[in-house]
Amino acid sequence: MDFRYSEEQLALQDTLRRFIARDYDFERRRALARSPLGFSAEAWDQYAELGLLALPLPEQFGGLGGNGVDIMAIMETIGQGLLLEPYLTTVVLCGGLIRDAASEAVRQSILPQIAAGKLKIALAAYEAAGRYDLAHVGCAAAGYGDAWTLSGRKAVVLDAPSADCFLVSARVAGQVAEADGISLFLVPRDAPGLTLFAYPTQSGARAADLQLHDVVVGPDAVIGLPGRALAIVERAVDSAIAALCAEAVGIVSALNEASLNYLKTRKQFGVPIGAFQALQHRMAEMIIAAEQARSMAIIAAVQVDAADAAKRRRAISGAKAYVGQAARFVGQQAVQLHGAMGVIDDIVISHYFKRLTMINMSLGDADFHLGRFSEQSAHAQASTVSL
Amino acid sequence: MDLNFTPEEESFRAEVRAFLAAELPADLRDKVNLGRRLRKDDWLRWQKILYRRGWGAGMWPQRYGGAGWSVVQQHIFDEEGAAAGAPPQIPFSLRMVAPVLMTFGNAAQQNYYLPRIISGEDWWCQGYSEPGSGSDLASLRTSAVRQGDRYLVNGQKTWNTLGQYADWIFCLVRTSSEARPQQGISFLLIDMKSPGVSVKPIITIDGEREINDIFFENVEVPVQNLVGEENKGWTYAKFLLGHERTNNAGIGNCKRNLQRLKRIATAQPSNGRPLSEDPRFRERIAQVELELMALEITNLRVLSAEAGAAHAPGPEASILKIKGSEIIQQLAELQMQALGHDALISVPEALELDWSPPRLLADHYPEYAPPLSGQYFNQRKTTIYAGSTEIQKNIIAKLILGL
Repeated sequence: MDFRYSEEQLALQDTLRRFIARDYDFERRRALARSPLGFSAEAWDQYAELGLLALPLPEQFGGLGGNGVDIMAIMETIGQGLLLEPYLTTVVLCGGLIRDAASEAVRQSILPQIAAGKLKIALAAYEAAGRYDLAHVGCAAAGYGDAWTLSGRKAVVLDAPSADCFLVSARVAGQVAEADGISLFLVPRDAPGLTLFAYPTQSGARAADLQLHDVVVGPDAVIGLPGRALAIVERAVDSAIAALCAEAVGIVSALNEASLNYLKTRKQFGVPIGAFQALQHRMAEMIIAAEQARSMAIIAAVQVDAADAAKRRRAISGAKAYVGQAARFVGQQAVQLHGAMGVIDDIVISHYFKRLTMINMSLGDADFHLGRFSEQSAHAQASTVSL
Repeated sequence: MDLNFTPEEESFRAEVRAFLAAELPADLRDKVNLGRRLRKDDWLRWQKILYRRGWGAGMWPQRYGGAGWSVVQQHIFDEEGAAAGAPPQIPFSLRMVAPVLMTFGNAAQQNYYLPRIISGEDWWCQGYSEPGSGSDLASLRTSAVRQGDRYLVNGQKTWNTLGQYADWIFCLVRTSSEARPQQGISFLLIDMKSPGVSVKPIITIDGEREINDIFFENVEVPVQNLVGEENKGWTYAKFLLGHERTNNAGIGNCKRNLQRLKRIATAQPSNGRPLSEDPRFRERIAQVELELMALEITNLRVLSAEAGAAHAPGPEASILKIKGSEIIQQLAELQMQALGHDALISVPEALELDWSPPRLLADHYPEYAPPLSGQYFNQRKTTIYAGSTEIQKNIIAKLILGL
């Protein structure tokens, strides 16, 4: 049993940290978040050069064949640097989905481009009335000959404004919210009939609502089995959740470090405020929450590659619920310990807190995943709880 | 990162499991699984069975008769034992006084006491807390005055666990009042049969006898019963606390209680359906299960770091103590809550294995029910003993955070 990152993982983290220190400090990040693109195109090229974009992709498509723990190592560092680039959506979510579910031809045409930083993809899976239910698909796909016509709307598609194409879930049969009858289509950004309503997110990234009006795609646009795409979308979302848990853990560590430093340096009543027991105990609770959250992120990173879907889902939902609760606690308390310094835009604390909050609100919040975990867990008879 | 046990560890697990299946007496298993009273003989019987197998003290070095297990092996043994319904081993002897004797005791002490501990011949209890010295342990006042080749001991120890069974007590006593309170404390071994030692029970919140006051009135203790040096006892006590907290995550016990909670929730009716299908109750179980999942990994992270560094866990043991105690309390509370108004019933004789309920009670008071309310009350102790949650947070603040 070994809970350490490998030498390679540590080296990758170190490289990314040095990049952040050199090219991506807090002021630079704030400027990028306000820029039209919302992130750094140069940074994206850098990630390609460093091999980060190739990390989870198979070697025969220009990838590095990395696993969930490799992604954990990177996402933790992405969290610490509050990086804005669409790594999660393009590489982990869509890259992972195409890797696991697409035909050889699609993999061949897409994955090397992702690895090289030449192609960005976003997942359009959620709809407004469905909340976090991936099976809630009202967007319709009608077959004409061997082509498909898509019509409907998709809500809050992360990193959509910069995406070159979209993975869109659409219904080919059955009723809204039925698990069966969902297909997944690869839709180019410039497809006639596709409209974007773009906006920034609360944590400085970009997203958009998509409207599809008789968007026509060919038969080669179908990813996975027609009508049976829910499972592949869920699997991809699960890997993105594991990655988000790691990102949250990175932010939680950074916030704890900042809060501890503040307790030691900020003086009131003639002493560092860390001399007060109420604050010492709060800080101790934040450290405990961070260690426990890290343990859950480890479970998610290891189980995300599990072949057994039920086992994987239980670990992922458990981790998302727990990390979400811990992140909320640490985020809120970091703001509290920083006093008014915690609620201003000029200091990184508020930005960390907002990113943690948005992580919690993405891909199913803590309540959603606690519910999903509890449904699977009520009668579980595992001799070992976690693994 | 590799979360798998090694093949050697897995085969050790299989060996432990087979041993438990063959050697754990059925009545002991039933008492543990059903929460019935354990008596002195029960604890010692199990210790003697382990001793015969060569597992009387898993983590003791082999030169003291131990099995020389790694921390991971001990963890596997604890986990399997808890799952099988084995009684825990007596911690005061094996995990508390013994490591102190091995580290600070002299050869004569080691040669005399350690074999008697591992074989189950001697039962030890702990003499730390006093009426005026709880969390502020260093303020203790029980005095030991040197008179020739003896100490004369006077004072009172309290919250002494299972001292009614003990043959020996290890005590922190004051041998000097001159310097800082920590510097005048000595670590003394006292025979419970010595004239002047008296044991008075303290009935706990669940109506049981688990703890005692122990009074020392002009008790004569030979000087060779001093461990290490006079006035260095505080150092030994802190060393011991580190060992005491080694298993304070109590993962195995928590897992057994979680499984029992799920079984109870499945068996208890609620509006014509199993209580386990009530979303509100189900999510409360899920919440504590998540805490336990996380703690299991956190515990293994601490253990594997410890195995690499070959030292007793440092202040991170405080994290395990805080979380482990909270989790066992929540599990106890949910088990009681699962009973609904049957939680009100108090039948002390139902804690004996041979009790069977009167006819009217039998149809709604299953055999898992009798101990649950008492256990809820009893488990409130876990965030108080062995360094309260607040003391643990002080330790974290000071030793991990440098505040």
